[in-house]
Amino acid sequence: MDINYFLLMRQEIVLLAIALFLLATEVFVPKNKKESLIHLAILLFAVHTLLGFFFNKTGELFGGMFRTTELIDLFKTILNIAVLLVLLQATDWIKDKVLRDNRGVEFFVLLFSSLLGMYFLVSAGDFLMMYLGIELSTLPVAALAAYEIAKRTSSEAGIKLIFSAALASGITLFGISMIYATNGSIFFDDISTTLEASNLTILGLVLMTAGLGFKISLVPFHFWTADVYEGSPISIASYLSVVSKGAAVFILLILLFSVFDPLMEIWRPMIYTIAVATMFLGNLFALRQQNMKRFLAFSSIAQAGFILLGIIAGTPTGMATVIYFVLIYIFSNLAAFGVVQAIDVKTGKERINDYEGLYRTNPKLSLVMMLALFSLAGIPPVAGFFGKFFLFTAAASEGFYFLVFLGVVNVTISLYYYLLVIRAMFLRKSENPIPYFKSGSYIRIALVLCVLGILALGIYSPVYEYINELSLAF
Amino acid sequence: MDILSLFITVPVLTIVALLFAKSLRHARQVALVGSVIQVAMAVNLVFAYFREKATNDAIMVFTKDLVWFESFNIHYSIGVDGISVALLVLTSMVVLAGVFISWRMEELPKEFFISLIVLSIGVYGFFISLDLFTMFVFFEIAVIPMYLLIGIWGSGPKEFAAMKLTLMLMGASAILLVGILGIYFNSNTGGGPLTFNILEIAQVSIPFEAQRIFFPLTFIGFAVIGALFPFHTWSPDGHSSAPTAVSMLHAGVLMKLGAYGVFRVAMYLMPEGAAEWSWFFIILAAFGVIYGAFAAIKQTDLKYINAYSSVSHLGLVLFALLMLNKTAWNGAILQSLSHGFMTALFFALIGMIYERTHTRDIRKLGGLLKVIPFISAVYVIAGLASLGLPGFSGFVAEMNIFVGAFEHDDRFYRIATIVSVSAIVVTAVYILRVVGIMLMGPIKNEQYLNLEKVTWFEKLGILLMLLPIIAIGVAPLWISNMILESLEPFIQVFM
Repeated sequence: MDINYFLLMRQEIVLLAIALFLLATEVFVPKNKKESLIHLAILLFAVHTLLGFFFNKTGELFGGMFRTTELIDLFKTILNIAVLLVLLQATDWIKDKVLRDNRGVEFFVLLFSSLLGMYFLVSAGDFLMMYLGIELSTLPVAALAAYEIAKRTSSEAGIKLIFSAALASGITLFGISMIYATNGSIFFDDISTTLEASNLTILGLVLMTAGLGFKISLVPFHFWTADVYEGSPISIASYLSVVSKGAAVFILLILLFSVFDPLMEIWRPMIYTIAVATMFLGNLFALRQQNMKRFLAFSSIAQAGFILLGIIAGTPTGMATVIYFVLIYIFSNLAAFGVVQAIDVKTGKERINDYEGLYRTNPKLSLVMMLALFSLAGIPPVAGFFGKFFLFTAAASEGFYFLVFLGVVNVTISLYYYLLVIRAMFLRKSENPIPYFKSGSYIRIALVLCVLGILALGIYSPVYEYINELSLAF
Repeated sequence: MDILSLFITVPVLTIVALLFAKSLRHARQVALVGSVIQVAMAVNLVFAYFREKATNDAIMVFTKDLVWFESFNIHYSIGVDGISVALLVLTSMVVLAGVFISWRMEELPKEFFISLIVLSIGVYGFFISLDLFTMFVFFEIAVIPMYLLIGIWGSGPKEFAAMKLTLMLMGASAILLVGILGIYFNSNTGGGPLTFNILEIAQVSIPFEAQRIFFPLTFIGFAVIGALFPFHTWSPDGHSSAPTAVSMLHAGVLMKLGAYGVFRVAMYLMPEGAAEWSWFFIILAAFGVIYGAFAAIKQTDLKYINAYSSVSHLGLVLFALLMLNKTAWNGAILQSLSHGFMTALFFALIGMIYERTHTRDIRKLGGLLKVIPFISAVYVIAGLASLGLPGFSGFVAEMNIFVGAFEHDDRFYRIATIVSVSAIVVTAVYILRVVGIMLMGPIKNEQYLNLEKVTWFEKLGILLMLLPIIAIGVAPLWISNMILESLEPFIQVFM
C-alpha cells in the first residue's frame, strides 16, 4: 500500500479518525470535565482545517469512484472553514444546553459524519459515490436538527428535514437510474462522452437537479427551509445554510459543467427559470419576516438564486465566480448567524423587534451584524459586493443581460429587508433593549474571523485569482 | 503616495483617528483637522494641476494604475482633469463647512463624523476614478452612509425618508451596473482585451446596437442621483429629513456625481447612443427644470423649497449636457459647481434658522432680518445668486448654458430652451417670496426677539461657501479655462 493512496483520502481519514477518537475519549472523561471535550474537538478540527491546505494530491481511487484534484481539495477546505466557524459559534450553546443534558460528544460526531458525507459528495467520480455522499451528509443533520429535545419545534424540524431529504434523495436516485438506463454507466467520465439529448436523459437531468435543488433550497424545492431553520438549533441552521448548501452547489457545478456539459442548451433555460423564481420568491418572502432565523432562511434562499447566475454562464469564469461567492457567503452568513446565536444564547431573543436599540447597548455585535448584512446585500467595500458583481459579470459575459437586470432588481429588494434589521439596531431606540453582555471567547474569535473574511476577501484580489486559476484548469 | 490617492488615505486615517475619539470635543477636533487637510490638499491640487498641465497635455494627469483583479482586467486607476479638480475642491470645502455646521452634534458624534467622512471618501474616489469598476465601488460607498446619516440624525419622517432615498439610489446604481457591464463586454471591438478603463474604452467605438441599449441604462443609473425628473422624488424627502451637514453634502456634492457620471461615462463612452436618445432626456430634463421651479413655489417648508430648487437647477445641468456643445457643457460644469456651493450654503442657513426657531415653516417665520441679520443677509445674497444675478456664480453658469442651447436652431431645441429659460423667472418668484415672508415684515413670534447670535464656527462655514460663489461670479475665467481645456476630448468624441 502506497502512502500516496492515503494522501488522496487524507481529509476523509483524518476527519473519521477525529470523530472516532472523540467518541472513544468521552468514555474516559469524567462527567464534570465534559467541557474539555469541546476544546479538544475544536482544537483537533482546527488542526485538520489547517492541514487541508497542505499535501494536495491529484488522483483517483477505487477505479475512479473517488477522485481528488486541487479544486476538490479547495472545496473541502472551504467546507472545513465553514464548519470550524460553526463549531466555534456553537460552543456557548453546547455548554449551556447540551452538556447539561449529558449529551456532549454526539454533537461533534454527528456533525463530522455529515461533513464526511460532503467530502465524498464533492469527491465523487460516479453517481453511486455521489448518492452515498448525499445520504451520509443528510441523515446526521436530521438528528442534529432535532437535538434540542425539550423544544417541540426542534423535533418538528428534524422530522421535516428527514422527510424532505428522503423525498429529495429518492428523486435524485430516480434521475440517476434514468441516466444509467440511457448511458449504461454511472461514471461521470463515461457519461459525458456518450450523453445525448434523449427524452429519458433530460428527465433524468431534471430529476437529479431537483434532488440537489432541495439541498440548495431552490424554489420550488424550498418549502422545508424556513421551518427547519426556525426549529433547529441555530448552529444547525447555519450549518444547513452554508455548509450543506455549499457542498450541494459544488457538486451541481461539477455535474453541470462536466457531465452534462453537452446538454448546456437544455439545462440553461431550466436554471434560468429556477434562478428567477428563487430570487424573487426568496426576497419577497423575506420582506415580512419577523423572526431572525426565518428571515435569514429566506435570505439564504434568495442568495442561492444569485448563485445560479454564475452557474448559468457555464464557463470557467462562471465556475470561479460561484466558488468565490460561496466562500464569501459563508463568511457573511455565518457572521449574521453568529450574532443571532450569541444573542439567542444569552437572552433567548430572536425577533427583529428585539434588536431595537442594540447599537446603544452592544455596539460591537451590531457592527458585525451590519457588516454581515451589507455583505449579503452586496454593498462595497465589503466582500459580498465583489461576489455579486462577479456573478453578474459571469452571467452578462454569456449575454444574459435581462437575467442580470432581474438580478439587480432583486439586489434592491433584498437591500430593503437587510436595512430593516439595520434600522432596528441603529435607528430605533428601545424601552427595553437587549442588555450588554459578553459572549464566550470562541464566539468572539469566530466573529472576528468572519469580519476579517468579509473585509479582506473582496479587496484582497489574489483569493479570487487563485480560484479562477483552478477553475480554468477544471 | 501620489497626490490623488491621498484623497482616499487622509479620510481613512481620519476615520481611524475618530475611532479613538472619546467625546464630541475630540470627535469634532479630529474631523476638523482631517477636513482642513483635505481642503489644503485640494487647493494644492489646483496649483499642481496648472503646473502639470503646462508641460503635459494628456487628457488625464497624475494618473496611476494598479492591477486589482487581473482576470477581469479591473484596475485601481486614477487621474484627474480640470473638471474633476474643480469638483474635488468643491467637495473638500463642503465637507469642511459640514464639519463646522455640525459643531454641536450631541448625539453619537463619533459615529456621525465617521459616516460623514465615509461618504466623502466615496465622493473623492468617484471623481478621481478612471476605471468603471472602481468608480462604481466608490459610487455605492458614497450612497450607503446616507441611510444611517438620515436615519439616526435626521428629523421628521426620517426612517421613511432614509429608506426611500437609499432604495431609489441603490436601485439606480443597480441599473447602472447593467449599463457598466454592457460597456465592459463591448469594450473589445477594437481587438484589445475587455477593459473597464474609461480612457481605453473611449478609443474604441462601442457598436451602435449596444449603445442604444446601454446608454439609457447608464444615463438613468447616474441621473437618478442627479435628480432627473421623474426619478427626483427621493430628493425632497431625503433632504428635508437629513441633518444639516448631510443635506449640504448631499445636495452640494453627491448630486453632482450624477451629472459627472452622465458626462464622463454615459456620454463620453457612448456618443452615438447619446445622440440617439438626447431628445428623450432633453424633454425629461427641461420638464424637470420647470417642474422643480413651480413645485418650489408651493412649498412652505424651507428645506422642501430648496430641494425642489435643486431639482430645477440640476435639471438644467443635465439639459445643458445634452445640448452637446462646448458652451453649454462649460455652463453645465459651472452650474454644478455654483449649485454645489449655493445649495450647501442654503441648507447651512436653513439649519441655523431651524436650530434657533425650531421651525422651517415660512408662514410662522417673519422679520428675521432684524433679529439674526448676518444669517438673513447671507440668505438674501444666496437667493440672489440662485436666481442668477450677475456678479454671482449662478449667472455665469446659466448664461453659458442658454447661449449654448440657443446655438441649436431647430424647433425642438428652441422650445425646450424657452421652457427652461422661463424657469429663471419662476426661480425669482420662489426666492423672493421666501425673502419677503421670512426675512422682511414684522416679527411674528416674540420668542424670536432673543435668538442666539451667529457663532464663529457658523460664520466660518458660511464664508467657506459664500466666497467661491462670489469668486466664480466675479472672475469666472480662470476656472472656466480649466474646464474648457478639459472639454476637448469630449468635443473630439462628439464632432
